Amino acid sequence: MASAPFKAQLTDLLNSMFAMDFLDEQFKELQMLEEASGPGFLTEVVTLFCGDAERIISQLDALLNEPAVDFGKVDANVHQLKGSSSSVGAKRVALVCIKFRNVCQENDKEGCIAALHEIRHEFDELRKKFQTMLQLEQQIQDLDSK
Amino acid sequence: MEIATQTQFHVLAVDDSSLERKLIEKLLKTSYQVFLYSVTTVDSGSKALEFLGLKEDQKSNASTFPYQKETKVNLIITDYCMPGMSGYDLLKKIKESSALRDIPVVILSSENVPSRVTRCLEEGAEAFFLKPLKFSDLARLEPHLSKSKNTPEKHNLFKSKTVMMKKRNKRKREEEHDEMHETVGVTGPKLKLTPSD
Repeated sequence: MASAPFKAQLTDLLNSMFAMDFLDEQFKELQMLEEASGPGFLTEVVTLFCGDAERIISQLDALLNEPAVDFGKVDANVHQLKGSSSSVGAKRVALVCIKFRNVCQENDKEGCIAALHEIRHEFDELRKKFQTMLQLEQQIQDLDSK
Repeated sequence: MEIATQTQFHVLAVDDSSLERKLIEKLLKTSYQVFLYSVTTVDSGSKALEFLGLKEDQKSNASTFPYQKETKVNLIITDYCMPGMSGYDLLKKIKESSALRDIPVVILSSENVPSRVTRCLEEGAEAFFLKPLKFSDLARLEPHLSKSKNTPEKHNLFKSKTVMMKKRNKRKREEEHDEMHETVGVTGPKLKLTPSD
Protein backbone atom coordinates (compact mmCIF):
# COMPACT_ATOMS: atom_id res chain seq x y z
CA MET A 1 0.00 0.00 0.00
CA ALA A 2 1.33 3.38 -1.05
CA SER A 3 0.52 5.02 2.27
CA ALA A 4 2.59 2.51 4.30
CA PRO A 5 5.78 4.58 4.61
CA PHE A 6 3.72 7.61 5.68
CA LYS A 7 1.87 5.55 8.23
CA ALA A 8 5.20 4.36 9.60
CA GLN A 9 6.44 7.94 9.80
CA LEU A 10 3.28 9.02 11.58
CA THR A 11 3.55 6.18 14.09
CA ASP A 12 7.17 7.12 14.80
CA LEU A 13 6.29 10.76 15.18
CA LEU A 14 3.43 10.09 17.60
CA ASN A 15 5.47 7.59 19.59
CA SER A 16 8.25 10.12 20.05
CA MET A 17 5.76 12.84 21.00
CA PHE A 18 4.35 10.58 23.72
CA ALA A 19 7.81 9.50 24.86
CA MET A 20 9.00 13.08 25.19
CA ASP A 21 5.83 14.25 26.96
CA PHE A 22 4.75 16.56 24.19
CA LEU A 23 1.54 14.57 24.40
CA ASP A 24 -0.12 12.59 27.17
CA GLU A 25 -3.00 10.16 27.74
CA GLN A 26 -5.62 12.79 26.96
CA PHE A 27 -4.43 12.86 23.34
CA LYS A 28 -5.04 9.12 23.19
CA GLU A 29 -8.64 9.74 24.29
CA LEU A 30 -8.96 12.17 21.37
CA GLN A 31 -7.49 9.61 18.99
CA MET A 32 -10.12 7.16 20.17
CA LEU A 33 -12.85 9.71 19.54
CA GLU A 34 -11.56 10.15 16.01
CA GLU A 35 -11.41 6.40 15.46
CA ALA A 36 -14.97 6.02 16.64
CA SER A 37 -16.40 8.87 14.68
CA GLY A 38 -14.36 9.27 11.51
CA PRO A 39 -11.51 11.51 10.29
CA GLY A 40 -11.41 15.25 10.75
CA PHE A 41 -11.92 15.58 14.47
CA LEU A 42 -8.25 15.63 15.46
CA THR A 43 -7.46 18.15 12.75
CA GLU A 44 -10.22 20.39 14.02
CA VAL A 45 -9.18 20.12 17.63
CA VAL A 46 -5.47 20.62 16.97
CA THR A 47 -6.24 23.63 14.77
CA LEU A 48 -8.52 25.13 17.42
CA PHE A 49 -5.87 24.60 20.07
CA CYS A 50 -3.11 26.21 18.02
CA GLY A 51 -5.32 29.19 17.27
CA ASP A 52 -6.22 29.60 20.95
CA ALA A 53 -2.62 29.26 22.07
CA GLU A 54 -1.32 31.82 19.58
CA ARG A 55 -3.97 34.29 20.57
CA ILE A 56 -3.32 33.84 24.28
CA ILE A 57 0.46 34.06 23.89
CA SER A 58 0.10 37.38 22.02
CA GLN A 59 -2.21 38.68 24.71
CA LEU A 60 0.22 37.68 27.44
CA ASP A 61 3.01 39.43 25.60
CA ALA A 62 0.95 42.62 25.42
CA LEU A 63 -0.05 42.39 29.09
CA LEU A 64 3.53 41.91 30.27
CA ASN A 65 4.68 44.89 28.23
CA GLU A 66 2.36 47.23 30.11
CA PRO A 67 4.12 49.61 32.53
CA ALA A 68 1.85 48.36 35.32
CA VAL A 69 1.18 44.67 34.79
CA ASP A 70 -2.33 43.43 35.54
CA PHE A 71 -1.42 40.10 37.07
CA GLY A 72 -5.07 39.17 37.39
CA LYS A 73 -5.52 39.30 33.63
CA VAL A 74 -2.23 37.49 33.10
CA ASP A 75 -3.38 34.72 35.41
CA ALA A 76 -6.76 34.46 33.69
CA ASN A 77 -5.07 34.04 30.32
CA VAL A 78 -2.61 31.45 31.57
CA HIS A 79 -5.49 29.59 33.23
CA GLN A 80 -7.24 29.47 29.86
CA LEU A 81 -4.15 28.18 28.11
CA LYS A 82 -3.61 25.57 30.78
CA GLY A 83 -7.18 24.41 30.26
CA SER A 84 -6.87 24.15 26.49
CA SER A 85 -3.52 22.41 26.62
CA SER A 86 -4.76 19.87 29.19
CA SER A 87 -7.84 19.18 27.09
CA VAL A 88 -5.81 18.50 23.97
CA GLY A 89 -3.16 16.47 25.81
CA ALA A 90 -0.34 18.99 25.34
CA LYS A 91 1.49 17.97 28.49
CA ARG A 92 4.64 20.09 28.31
CA VAL A 93 2.71 23.26 27.55
CA ALA A 94 0.32 22.54 30.43
CA LEU A 95 3.24 22.03 32.83
CA VAL A 96 4.82 25.35 31.92
CA CYS A 97 1.43 27.00 32.47
CA ILE A 98 1.43 25.70 36.04
CA LYS A 99 4.87 27.22 36.60
CA PHE A 100 3.66 30.45 35.05
CA ARG A 101 0.67 30.67 37.37
CA ASN A 102 2.92 30.23 40.39
CA VAL A 103 5.15 33.18 39.49
CA CYS A 104 2.14 35.20 38.46
CA GLN A 105 0.54 34.71 41.85
CA GLU A 106 3.69 36.18 43.39
CA ASN A 107 3.39 39.20 41.10
CA ASP A 108 6.85 38.38 39.79
CA LYS A 109 7.12 40.23 36.47
CA GLU A 110 10.54 38.89 35.54
CA GLY A 111 9.41 35.39 36.38
CA CYS A 112 6.36 35.84 34.17
CA ILE A 113 8.42 37.07 31.24
CA ALA A 114 10.71 34.07 31.57
CA ALA A 115 7.73 31.70 31.81
CA LEU A 116 6.14 33.25 28.72
CA HIS A 117 9.38 32.73 26.84
CA GLU A 118 9.34 29.08 27.85
CA ILE A 119 5.70 28.66 26.83
CA ARG A 120 6.40 30.18 23.46
CA HIS A 121 9.29 27.78 22.97
CA GLU A 122 7.28 24.72 24.01
CA PHE A 123 4.32 25.72 21.91
CA ASP A 124 6.46 26.38 18.82
CA GLU A 125 8.02 22.92 19.15
CA LEU A 126 4.61 21.31 19.57
CA ARG A 127 3.02 23.22 16.73
CA LYS A 128 5.74 22.10 14.30
CA LYS A 129 5.12 18.49 15.28
CA PHE A 130 1.36 18.92 14.97
CA GLN A 131 1.82 20.39 11.50
CA THR A 132 3.89 17.40 10.44
CA MET A 133 1.30 15.08 11.96
CA LEU A 134 -1.55 16.71 10.06
CA GLN A 135 0.41 16.70 6.81
CA LEU A 136 1.17 13.00 7.17
CA GLU A 137 -2.48 12.24 7.98
CA GLN A 138 -3.59 14.13 4.91
CA GLN A 139 -1.11 12.26 2.71
CA ILE A 140 -2.27 8.94 4.14
CA GLN A 141 -5.91 9.83 3.56
CA ASP A 142 -5.23 10.97 0.00
CA LEU A 143 -3.35 7.80 -0.87
CA ASP A 144 -5.80 5.46 0.86
CA SER A 145 -8.78 6.94 -0.90
CA LYS A 146 -7.34 6.23 -4.32
CA MET B 1 -35.58 16.33 8.01
CA GLU B 2 -36.00 15.93 11.74
CA ILE B 3 -37.84 13.08 13.34
CA ALA B 4 -38.60 13.20 17.05
CA THR B 5 -38.93 10.01 19.04
CA GLN B 6 -39.68 9.20 22.63
CA THR B 7 -36.08 8.30 23.30
CA GLN B 8 -34.67 11.65 22.26
CA PHE B 9 -32.07 12.90 24.70
CA HIS B 10 -31.02 16.53 24.64
CA VAL B 11 -27.88 17.84 26.29
CA LEU B 12 -27.02 21.49 26.77
CA ALA B 13 -23.30 22.14 27.15
CA VAL B 14 -22.04 25.49 28.43
CA ASP B 15 -18.38 26.58 28.13
CA ASP B 16 -16.73 29.80 27.05
CA SER B 17 -13.94 27.94 25.21
CA SER B 18 -14.71 26.82 21.67
CA LEU B 19 -12.18 24.01 22.00
CA GLU B 20 -13.92 22.68 25.11
CA ARG B 21 -17.34 22.91 23.46
CA LYS B 22 -16.05 20.91 20.51
CA LEU B 23 -14.62 18.22 22.81
CA ILE B 24 -17.72 17.91 24.97
CA GLU B 25 -19.96 17.73 21.93
CA LYS B 26 -17.81 15.04 20.32
CA LEU B 27 -17.57 13.02 23.50
CA LEU B 28 -21.32 13.09 24.00
CA LYS B 29 -22.12 12.27 20.41
CA THR B 30 -19.68 9.39 20.37
CA SER B 31 -20.90 8.00 23.67
CA TYR B 32 -24.62 8.35 23.22
CA GLN B 33 -25.24 5.90 20.48
CA VAL B 34 -28.44 4.30 21.63
CA PHE B 35 -30.60 7.36 21.37
CA LEU B 36 -31.52 9.94 18.88
CA TYR B 37 -29.68 12.71 20.64
CA SER B 38 -29.04 16.34 20.19
CA VAL B 39 -26.31 18.43 21.71
CA THR B 40 -26.58 22.19 21.93
CA THR B 41 -23.50 24.16 22.92
CA VAL B 42 -23.52 27.76 24.15
CA ASP B 43 -20.66 29.97 25.25
CA SER B 44 -22.14 31.57 28.37
CA GLY B 45 -24.49 31.10 31.30
CA SER B 46 -26.79 33.85 30.08
CA LYS B 47 -27.14 32.19 26.68
CA ALA B 48 -27.87 28.93 28.45
CA LEU B 49 -30.69 30.55 30.42
CA GLU B 50 -32.02 32.15 27.26
CA PHE B 51 -32.05 28.78 25.54
CA LEU B 52 -33.82 27.25 28.50
CA GLY B 53 -36.45 29.95 28.29
CA LEU B 54 -35.49 31.78 31.45
CA LYS B 55 -34.30 35.36 31.48
CA GLU B 56 -31.49 36.19 33.95
CA ASP B 57 -33.30 38.95 35.74
CA GLN B 58 -36.61 37.21 36.12
CA LYS B 59 -37.77 35.11 39.01
CA SER B 60 -39.13 31.76 37.94
CA ASN B 61 -42.72 32.36 39.02
CA ALA B 62 -42.83 35.71 37.25
CA SER B 63 -41.31 34.44 34.02
CA THR B 64 -42.83 35.71 30.82
CA PHE B 65 -40.78 33.15 28.92
CA PRO B 66 -42.33 29.88 30.00
CA TYR B 67 -40.28 26.75 29.52
CA GLN B 68 -40.88 25.60 25.98
CA LYS B 69 -41.46 21.97 25.28
CA GLU B 70 -39.43 22.25 22.09
CA THR B 71 -36.32 23.20 23.99
CA LYS B 72 -36.66 20.41 26.53
CA VAL B 73 -33.27 19.58 27.95
CA ASN B 74 -32.40 16.33 29.71
CA LEU B 75 -28.95 17.25 31.00
CA ILE B 76 -26.90 20.39 31.44
CA ILE B 77 -23.11 20.22 31.50
CA THR B 78 -21.44 23.47 32.43
CA ASP B 79 -17.93 24.76 32.97
CA TYR B 80 -17.39 26.29 36.42
CA CYS B 81 -15.02 29.12 35.49
CA MET B 82 -16.61 31.42 32.95
CA PRO B 83 -16.48 35.19 32.54
CA GLY B 84 -19.68 36.89 33.67
CA MET B 85 -22.00 34.22 35.02
CA SER B 86 -20.07 31.31 36.48
CA GLY B 87 -21.21 27.71 36.27
CA TYR B 88 -22.13 27.91 39.94
CA ASP B 89 -24.31 30.98 39.32
CA LEU B 90 -25.99 29.17 36.45
CA LEU B 91 -26.58 26.13 38.64
CA LYS B 92 -28.22 28.31 41.30
CA LYS B 93 -30.55 29.96 38.82
CA ILE B 94 -31.58 26.62 37.39
CA LYS B 95 -32.30 25.15 40.81
CA GLU B 96 -34.27 28.26 41.78
CA SER B 97 -36.54 27.82 38.79
CA SER B 98 -39.58 25.61 39.24
CA ALA B 99 -39.57 24.85 35.53
CA LEU B 100 -35.91 23.88 35.35
CA ARG B 101 -34.88 22.53 38.74
CA ASP B 102 -35.41 18.88 37.83
CA ILE B 103 -32.88 18.99 35.03
CA PRO B 104 -29.66 17.34 36.17
CA VAL B 105 -26.70 19.71 36.13
CA VAL B 106 -23.11 18.58 35.96
CA ILE B 107 -20.21 20.93 36.71
CA LEU B 108 -16.84 20.72 34.96
CA SER B 109 -13.75 22.36 36.37
CA SER B 110 -10.07 22.36 35.56
CA GLU B 111 -9.25 22.72 39.26
CA ASN B 112 -9.94 20.30 42.07
CA VAL B 113 -10.92 22.66 44.88
CA PRO B 114 -12.76 20.72 47.61
CA SER B 115 -14.79 23.73 48.80
CA ARG B 116 -15.85 24.36 45.22
CA VAL B 117 -16.97 20.77 44.81
CA THR B 118 -18.95 20.86 48.07
CA ARG B 119 -20.60 24.14 47.16
CA CYS B 120 -21.77 22.81 43.83
CA LEU B 121 -23.03 19.51 45.15
CA GLU B 122 -24.85 21.28 47.99
CA GLU B 123 -26.48 23.58 45.49
CA GLY B 124 -27.87 20.53 43.71
CA ALA B 125 -25.35 19.57 41.05
CA GLU B 126 -25.52 15.88 40.15
CA ALA B 127 -21.78 15.58 39.76
CA PHE B 128 -18.58 17.54 39.60
CA PHE B 129 -15.96 16.39 37.14
CA LEU B 130 -12.43 17.50 36.50
CA LYS B 131 -11.60 18.53 33.00
CA PRO B 132 -10.93 17.13 30.55
CA LEU B 133 -14.13 15.11 30.54
CA LYS B 134 -13.70 11.40 29.79
CA PHE B 135 -15.86 8.50 28.69
CA SER B 136 -15.54 7.02 32.17
CA ASP B 137 -17.03 10.19 33.65
CA LEU B 138 -20.09 9.87 31.45
CA ALA B 139 -20.53 6.25 32.52
CA ARG B 140 -20.43 7.33 36.17
CA LEU B 141 -23.19 9.83 35.44
CA GLU B 142 -25.74 7.30 34.36
CA PRO B 143 -27.24 6.38 37.77
CA HIS B 144 -27.73 10.08 38.52
CA LEU B 145 -29.58 10.61 35.29
CA SER B 146 -32.06 7.78 35.68
CA LYS B 147 -33.40 9.58 38.77
CA SER B 148 -34.54 12.45 36.62
CA LYS B 149 -38.08 12.26 35.36
CA ASN B 150 -36.84 13.69 32.09
CA THR B 151 -34.74 10.66 31.36
CA PRO B 152 -35.95 7.54 29.60
CA GLU B 153 -35.04 4.89 32.14
CA LYS B 154 -35.17 1.68 30.26
CA HIS B 155 -32.12 2.11 28.10
CA ASN B 156 -28.46 1.99 28.84
CA LEU B 157 -27.46 5.59 28.25
CA PHE B 158 -23.75 5.29 28.10
CA LYS B 159 -21.73 2.85 26.16
CA SER B 160 -18.54 1.86 27.90
CA LYS B 161 -15.28 2.22 26.08
CA THR B 162 -15.14 -1.52 25.33
CA VAL B 163 -18.59 -1.58 23.84
CA MET B 164 -17.77 1.48 21.83
CA MET B 165 -14.59 -0.04 20.45
CA LYS B 166 -16.44 -3.22 19.51
CA LYS B 167 -19.01 -1.12 17.76
CA ARG B 168 -16.30 0.75 15.90
CA ASN B 169 -14.74 -2.47 14.66
CA LYS B 170 -18.08 -3.90 13.66
CA ARG B 171 -18.93 -0.65 11.96
CA LYS B 172 -15.81 -0.85 9.84
CA ARG B 173 -17.13 -4.12 8.44
CA GLU B 174 -20.79 -3.44 7.94
CA GLU B 175 -21.60 0.16 8.62
CA GLU B 176 -25.21 0.80 7.70
CA HIS B 177 -26.59 -2.59 8.63
CA ASP B 178 -25.34 -2.56 12.21
CA GLU B 179 -26.41 0.97 13.00
CA MET B 180 -29.97 0.21 12.03
CA HIS B 181 -30.06 -2.83 14.28
CA GLU B 182 -28.25 -1.48 17.33
CA THR B 183 -30.12 1.77 17.79
CA VAL B 184 -33.40 1.48 19.63
CA GLY B 185 -36.63 3.12 18.52
CA VAL B 186 -34.88 5.25 15.96
CA THR B 187 -35.69 5.82 12.38
CA GLY B 188 -34.27 8.34 10.00
CA PRO B 189 -31.42 10.77 10.37
CA LYS B 190 -30.01 11.95 13.69
CA LEU B 191 -31.60 15.05 15.17
CA LYS B 192 -29.07 17.81 15.41
CA LEU B 193 -29.54 21.33 16.65
CA THR B 194 -27.22 23.95 15.34
CA PRO B 195 -24.88 25.13 18.09
CA SER B 196 -25.70 28.70 18.87
CA ASP B 197 -22.13 29.96 18.74
